[in-house]
Amino acid sequence: MAKIYVTDASGTDQVVDASNGDSLMNALLEAGVDGMLADCGGGCACATCHCYIEGDGMSLVGEVNAIENVMLDSAASERRENSRLSCQIDISDALDGLTVTVAENG
Amino acid sequence: MDNAADQNVEANPEEFYRSPTTTPEADPWALALEDIDLATGSIFQAQKHHEYFKRLRQENPVHYHDKNPEIGPYWSLTRYEDIMAVDSDFERFSSEPSIALYDEVLGEERAPMFIAMDPPKHNEQRGAVTPAVGPVRLKDLDKLIRERTVEVLDELPVGTPFNWVDKVSIELTTRMLATLFDFPFEDRRKLTYWSEVITTPPILMGLTIEERLNHLGECLQTFTSLFHERKFEGNESQDFISLLANNPATADMNGVELLGNLMLLIVGGNDTTRNSMSAGVMFMHDNPAEFQKVKDNEALIPSAVSEIIRYQTPLSYMRRTAKEDVEIGGKQIKKGDKIAMWYASGNRDESFFEDADKFIIDRANVRRHMAFGFGIHRCMGNRVAEAQLRIVWEEILKRFERLEVVGEPERVEHSFVHGIKDMQVIAHPRQ
Repeated sequence: MAKIYVTDASGTDQVVDASNGDSLMNALLEAGVDGMLADCGGGCACATCHCYIEGDGMSLVGEVNAIENVMLDSAASERRENSRLSCQIDISDALDGLTVTVAENG
Repeated sequence: MDNAADQNVEANPEEFYRSPTTTPEADPWALALEDIDLATGSIFQAQKHHEYFKRLRQENPVHYHDKNPEIGPYWSLTRYEDIMAVDSDFERFSSEPSIALYDEVLGEERAPMFIAMDPPKHNEQRGAVTPAVGPVRLKDLDKLIRERTVEVLDELPVGTPFNWVDKVSIELTTRMLATLFDFPFEDRRKLTYWSEVITTPPILMGLTIEERLNHLGECLQTFTSLFHERKFEGNESQDFISLLANNPATADMNGVELLGNLMLLIVGGNDTTRNSMSAGVMFMHDNPAEFQKVKDNEALIPSAVSEIIRYQTPLSYMRRTAKEDVEIGGKQIKKGDKIAMWYASGNRDESFFEDADKFIIDRANVRRHMAFGFGIHRCMGNRVAEAQLRIVWEEILKRFERLEVVGEPERVEHSFVHGIKDMQVIAHPRQ
């Protein structure tokens, strides 16, 4: 289990309880977080689950693989150094307390 | 079932197989379940497929048919949840060797394309061309799409019937395709023709197998010279050909591989948007109250576009092949079995979409339609498609009081491409 601190696309803060083994995308989607479109359902094929990982979270969420790298370049919102596709991040205890901001994915 | 899987598949390339049981005249609710062959173009042409799907969703959602001599035995998934689960699971369900139920067009070598590949090669090749249709590029395309839409709509005859498919849907999608490939603009209708050659059994176009191969040869030759030109230039243009020619993952593709990926990109950008562009006009004609909603509130256009795509589902299915024995909905599927994921059925699944058979442009879960697929093979051009459709409706509303469909549209006999060939429309200008 991990508590994720989320700022959604409209700027509202909320806390989401995410289960281990789930993807960050799915956890945010099920919590109904605004801006989490996740059109392709987690296939790393649409870039509509784009998030910014805040603080020192980037060191905890693993590496960007080649296909995510391409997809991030074609995301609707600006790609930054802390950009990730949340479908590619697996929840574990290590992510407890992670802070993310959902990008404008529309 | 094992025996059926072993049976020899023999078919005569000079004949076009039609199911003796699953016909437009048959009663979908009276046929024996095992006689239902969904891979039958005529039931789509006659718009009878929805009844077959409805029955299977109720009585036999994971369906098996083994009497089609051209395809051999195959499974059909008809429920939204089953389709989504399989589409999202590339590890157990392969896209190789083909995403159509037919393994190959008879008499031809199969051309490899990334939609019919699994990772890692799929990801490398898809990654190479993704920028051509990404949101960054889309910002540039938006203005161009609007200019062309305005041009095409302003030239339409007023008060007299014309074929909307040819004058608008084909014209606009082909111009876009020419742009995405940076293909010689004046030759753009060749793209339309090649797309039809690729997806249509030659006999239905009055072509011999040899003539079909000649057309594909011309297509390959044309693109090969463009490919080499752009490779030689080493440019950084964002068109499909330059991207393929200058990415290490695709720059050294051989002829058949290039042809395969071109076929994919041509068909992917052609039949799909074109048929949603035609069908939308028909849906609005048939549902004047829904059309009124968009007229009253143009902010509903993006939602209407999603609903048009759901309601039409321009590609009826995608195929997967089981990589291991697996159980779906209580049925034992064996390693190597073919599985059709019927998006056309999932998009009408009553357990997912309320009043699924109704065209409701502002339904709550309108974006959850499955016409673009899910998972790693999800349509990469969906944003361009949505932009084209959105802009066409914005410009229609500026000009026309309504678009009247006269007579019955002529549809294609196809179980994969769900399309309209001819639809006569009278445009009534705004007062």
